[in-house]
Amino acid sequence: MPSTHDWINNPLDVVEGMFAASQSNPKSGWEAKVVEFFKDRLKEKDAHTWVPSLNDVPLHYLKPNSLVKFRCLIQDMFDPEFFMGAYETVDPSTNAKVLRCGRYKDVTECGVDFNSRNTVTAERQTFYCVPIPGENPWFSLILSHSYACSSQARVVPSTSYAPTRQKRTEDGQMCASQGHTEQHGNGDCKRQETEAPSSQTASASHLDLNFPLPGEKGPSCLVKVYEDWDSFKLNDTLEVFGILSVSPALSALADEKDASSSILDPTESMETAEEQRVHSPPASLVPRLHMLYARPLPHNNPLLPSATLEDNSAFLSSTLSEMASVRAELLTYLTHVLLGDALAAEYLILHLISNVYARRDVLPLGKFAMNLSGCPAAALYTQRFYQIIQQLVPSSFYLGMSLQNMNQMRLVPKKDYVANRLVSGALQLARNTFLFLDETHLEQGQLDTTGVRNVTALGNLISWQKVDYDFNYHQMEFPCNINVLIASEGRSLLPSDCQIHLQSQVSPPNMEEYLSNIQLHPQTSSQLNKFRIYLSVARQLDYSISDEMTKSVEDDFVDMRKDDPQSVSAEDLHRMLVVARLLSLSLGQTSLTRDSWLRAKHIDMLRRSRMEQHQCVNGNEP
Amino acid sequence: MSSPTSTPGRKRGRDGNPATPSSEGPTSPPSQRRRGQDSSNGDLMPMPTSPATDMLSPAAPQDTSLFSSPRASVLPNEVDMSSPLMYGTPSSRVEGTPRSSVRGTPARQRPDLGSVRKAPQVDLHSEPPSADGAVASEPNAGQRLVIWGTDVNVGTCKEKFQRFLQRFIDPTATEDENAGLDLNEPLYMQKLEEISVVGDPVLNVNCLQVQSFDAELYRQLICYPQEVIPTFDMAVNELFFERFPDSILEYQIQVRPYNALKTRNMRSLNPEDIDQLITISGMVIRTSQLIPEMQEAFFQCQVCAYSTRVEVDRGRIAEPAVCRHCNNTHSLALVHNRSAFSDKQMIKIQESPEDMPAGQTPHTTIVYAHNDLVDKVQPGDRINITGIYRAVPMRVSPIQSNVKSVYKTHIDAIHFRKTDEKRLHGLDEDAEQKLFTEDRVQTLKELAAKPDVYERLSSALAPSIYEHEDIKKGILLQLFGGTRKDFSQTGRGNFRAEVNILLCGDPGTSKSQLLQYVFNLVPRGQYTSGKGSSAVGLTAYVMKDPETRQLVLQTGALVLSDNGICCIDEFDKMSDSTRSVLHEVMEQQTLSIAKAGIICQLNARTAVLAAANPVESQWNPKKTTIENIQLPHTLLSRFDLIFLMLDPQDEAYDRRLAHHLVSLYYQSEEQIEEEFLDMAVLRDYIAYARTYINPRLSEEASQALIEAYVDMRKIGSGRGMVSAYPRQLESLIRLAEAHAKVRFSEKVETIDVEEAKRLHREALKQSATDPRTGFVDISILTTGMSATARKRKEEVAQALKKLIQAKGKTPAMKYQQLLDDLRGQSETAITKELFDEALRSLADEDYLTVTGKTVRLLA
Repeated sequence: MPSTHDWINNPLDVVEGMFAASQSNPKSGWEAKVVEFFKDRLKEKDAHTWVPSLNDVPLHYLKPNSLVKFRCLIQDMFDPEFFMGAYETVDPSTNAKVLRCGRYKDVTECGVDFNSRNTVTAERQTFYCVPIPGENPWFSLILSHSYACSSQARVVPSTSYAPTRQKRTEDGQMCASQGHTEQHGNGDCKRQETEAPSSQTASASHLDLNFPLPGEKGPSCLVKVYEDWDSFKLNDTLEVFGILSVSPALSALADEKDASSSILDPTESMETAEEQRVHSPPASLVPRLHMLYARPLPHNNPLLPSATLEDNSAFLSSTLSEMASVRAELLTYLTHVLLGDALAAEYLILHLISNVYARRDVLPLGKFAMNLSGCPAAALYTQRFYQIIQQLVPSSFYLGMSLQNMNQMRLVPKKDYVANRLVSGALQLARNTFLFLDETHLEQGQLDTTGVRNVTALGNLISWQKVDYDFNYHQMEFPCNINVLIASEGRSLLPSDCQIHLQSQVSPPNMEEYLSNIQLHPQTSSQLNKFRIYLSVARQLDYSISDEMTKSVEDDFVDMRKDDPQSVSAEDLHRMLVVARLLSLSLGQTSLTRDSWLRAKHIDMLRRSRMEQHQCVNGNEP
Repeated sequence: MSSPTSTPGRKRGRDGNPATPSSEGPTSPPSQRRRGQDSSNGDLMPMPTSPATDMLSPAAPQDTSLFSSPRASVLPNEVDMSSPLMYGTPSSRVEGTPRSSVRGTPARQRPDLGSVRKAPQVDLHSEPPSADGAVASEPNAGQRLVIWGTDVNVGTCKEKFQRFLQRFIDPTATEDENAGLDLNEPLYMQKLEEISVVGDPVLNVNCLQVQSFDAELYRQLICYPQEVIPTFDMAVNELFFERFPDSILEYQIQVRPYNALKTRNMRSLNPEDIDQLITISGMVIRTSQLIPEMQEAFFQCQVCAYSTRVEVDRGRIAEPAVCRHCNNTHSLALVHNRSAFSDKQMIKIQESPEDMPAGQTPHTTIVYAHNDLVDKVQPGDRINITGIYRAVPMRVSPIQSNVKSVYKTHIDAIHFRKTDEKRLHGLDEDAEQKLFTEDRVQTLKELAAKPDVYERLSSALAPSIYEHEDIKKGILLQLFGGTRKDFSQTGRGNFRAEVNILLCGDPGTSKSQLLQYVFNLVPRGQYTSGKGSSAVGLTAYVMKDPETRQLVLQTGALVLSDNGICCIDEFDKMSDSTRSVLHEVMEQQTLSIAKAGIICQLNARTAVLAAANPVESQWNPKKTTIENIQLPHTLLSRFDLIFLMLDPQDEAYDRRLAHHLVSLYYQSEEQIEEEFLDMAVLRDYIAYARTYINPRLSEEASQALIEAYVDMRKIGSGRGMVSAYPRQLESLIRLAEAHAKVRFSEKVETIDVEEAKRLHREALKQSATDPRTGFVDISILTTGMSATARKRKEEVAQALKKLIQAKGKTPAMKYQQLLDDLRGQSETAITKELFDEALRSLADEDYLTVTGKTVRLLA
């Protein structure tokens, strides 16, 4: 049995070994065995933490053909390709034939005998994967901490790496405390620039890596999938364990394309230069990853154990017991942030843990898009607010809805038929990404065609939790699961599930100062981590309604309608059911109780009465 | 570079010498190596193709290697010169070698079957010359020969195909598909006759027909298209020139099979399909420019003008170093315009959106079209393409010998069939696209046989939306649509078959949700919002293509949803000019465009499902529909059914609603699915009914319709108003037909009429009830005003006239004064509007005029 080092450093040896062993028995199904082997290894305690991650370790520190992991989002799916699953090579000197395995490799060995009848053609699928868009800085910070503690050094024999890790952590901490908006992976690139100035930054300029969000950095990857590729969907978030392939031959292919080889093989010259560039980018920039095993990420929170919650009852029960108290703390914190408005803070918590948990034909259930109206326009309150939320959720994106942004940004992914790829847009986001729409930036003016389309896309996203990707000749609908919060002064022009008008209890003379004071307050990262865990766990809890409660909710509804049929509609019941669900979950309760139902009704009433008040004041609100 | 890319189908051109039709000798077993077996044992050959050259004697020992590369298969050209199978041997074409059977009609290359550039390759050292060549050159050995690597015997195959051509009569043929052909005569013989008349030497052969005639032949065609199709060609040509010895064709007839049963979705192509005949459907997304591909280079010696030809071998031309005539070295120069080229085009096709599983991106495939198939398709076309699937290895670089272990795949097109071509004349294009399996049809028929199928389907429609049974039923009937009737010969044009529905009601009554559901359900649905769409967005607009500077007609939502449903949300928010477009669409089902020099009429046979909100944001039950939604009655009368979606405000309803909603939130997926029909089943059911069921009115049904119509007219006539117009009768017919379709019945019967009547009445009851009287009054919808309102207006006008007359000779009166007087006199409340209208009607009688605030009497 190979030791740990072997299966991480030289996974191909394991594969070859199994392949050779299977030769005597052709029906052995060695492919499945390989996958099984790595799955088992990775299941061992902490084994997956030994595997270096492409997200954190720069590419040139990783050993080619070693096992790496990559936390990513499937951004595009290329066409399936046929490859030589097994082939025979002929040694020119001895004429001896050797059967070799072509799986998990990009390039064959020398002297392939094309006419061998032992050649096996197999099929695999290529996914273009990018790091999860909008990952917040605290995220990689925590991961790097855990790596520093774990056996990172063992895996990466190149010694120069360990010391820089420390430096990087400091870097990251600094950034996090400053709370920049777009410095994801800042630490990474700084270091790369200083230590490996030639490698990545230079070439990146002429190659568009197709990240959904502007200003993102990080490696993207061509993941080759050998099994069950139908089970993966676009925009799935995965942790891929695979064999890294950075053979320079792959890049050579792209370089020499133009002149000589095109004459040789006319079929290849049919591809446009753009397509070449996209589908076979230099391996130094876009490494290939041959997938052995992929773990879907139900959540994207490094603080949580990676196993599903059901499997980890100890963790679950300990968090559940703390839930109520953490909730209270979080509520206080958010109340401060929301200028003393406790009701808005309560709704904000509900919003943060909302999640589309099912769909009934076209209707997504559990979505809770929130419109926070009455945001003070002054002093960049919304941006500050976003930075605070950013520290709580794993991934988020701030979209300032200025006229310019709406008219120019590419929100909806579009298929580029020349390059044959899906050009990403800002709405191609992983599940449970927090999308902050800042409508306070909107000024009067004209939306052009793109603008109208963008606004429509946002509206569709909110109402149906789907984005219609533009395939030029037709549109295709992709369901999504994005938490949308709209900050606006008046009522938003976009639809929302619930609108709450901010009523500030305090009016600090200097908003900037006030907010930065609050924001710094829980700098103690343990506090923040508690909040982060709380939000992720609450979102994943199961929930049910007992028959009794069903009955009583029905009765309640009938009663409410009896008093005043105009006041409560079916839509209101929809919303109240969602509120009740989220409220229960936020308290760590997995089924609806009478109390939570009443409380849900109560806060909904408070919210509505506040809206009515506000309408009376404004008069012209519809 | 000796051997790395021996590729499939290397040399079609030399496929042996089956020229001699005499190869039926004593039987011998077919080749031991059948490729079908190869692929079945999972041992997938990279390209298990017919290697080549020649025929294989049954016991040929060399078949250890499928690939012919290093084999000395240099057949002297002379051997197969006479073969009609000489595709790709350009010399034969150019020089016009004498041909035995086909009297000098040149054979045309078929690069689609395997290109010339993959010509044989010589490596005399690796293996001793095989017996193949020997066998091939002695075809008269009297053995029963098969093409190497296959089980195809040329002679038998040819004979079978000729028999097929001579005897096949399509039992299921319909008139329209084979216009002008006698259905009782052998189909393909008639087609050959057509070729002799028209002179277009292409014979399209439906593989399904081959299959029904001879399953074995079909199997061979699918598995070894490379070998079998040339054999077919040969067979056809022999037959043709036997029959029509005098006809002159440009080149020999080529057989183009289509509709291979292996019709596949692009997604299901896998290594086993390599080199087989497949048919896949897809959409063209890009076409390359025409690529002239050199087939044969022409060299001329600069010294002695001796010329020689060199075939292209795998994309390379071996320039002769020495002139054979004068022995000068390096004296030969390539003469481009005497070289032979063939046309080639790269086409990219993409999966059609219907074939795709949710959540994945569409796949694309490269197709090469050759010769006359070039430029047959345009980007955006939906096509079914029949061709041979190929895979070619990729080389990392010309210098290195290691290869990227990936194959490039493409399809060599043999036949294109545009799936939307028929839209121009026919309507059943769905039949081409949607193939139902036997099982599926069976389930659908079982479902249709159930007595409560109508209720079942309607409850399966948008299960998340509660109640509104009648509305769902209406939408269901809309999805099925009526029967299309064509009266264009008698001058009345087409009758609309589509049912149009308008939903109006309070905001938040899940109207949009219903629309979304329908839009998701139907394959050709469009969803627009009245607020966001302009007239051009709905119809069509002309724009200048930035690249070609040509004017291009871009179609809008209504045209795109031809034969589908156009869902328009926020119908009331639509601007008047946009709405006016709908007038034509909703009755004539066409769209006329006259813009930027383009004048045309497009089909827009779309059913409209619209949703409108009341003007006052809340439905006012005291007002009529027209007053509530403020839509012109001309447009409203074009809707067959107008439903109100209102809050019923009744306790039992509330309870059921609450129960429904709560259960929506806690029931698991499985429970839900048990309760309701699957959306896919519903979709298939509708598609099937729309395609195959065309109900006609039965005698009783027409009687019932007449009665219903007369009844409707009678209701109103008692009170002096008309409650039904012919448009309502047409609606009734459509609804009854749609209901018959739901039952999969070819006949409209009385129950269909009953249901149509009931639904129509329900819709009317909701939308056309006069709030003042409580009676159903169709004139609300047709004239925008109820009969009682009209009567009331007249009364007021009379009262006013009397009042003025009573005042005596006052030529001018104050407006306000008059209103007050009238109010004082009348026992019912008189609104200002009512008063204004009364004044206006008196002004129309030329009794008075109103100028500003004064009323003057005339005469």
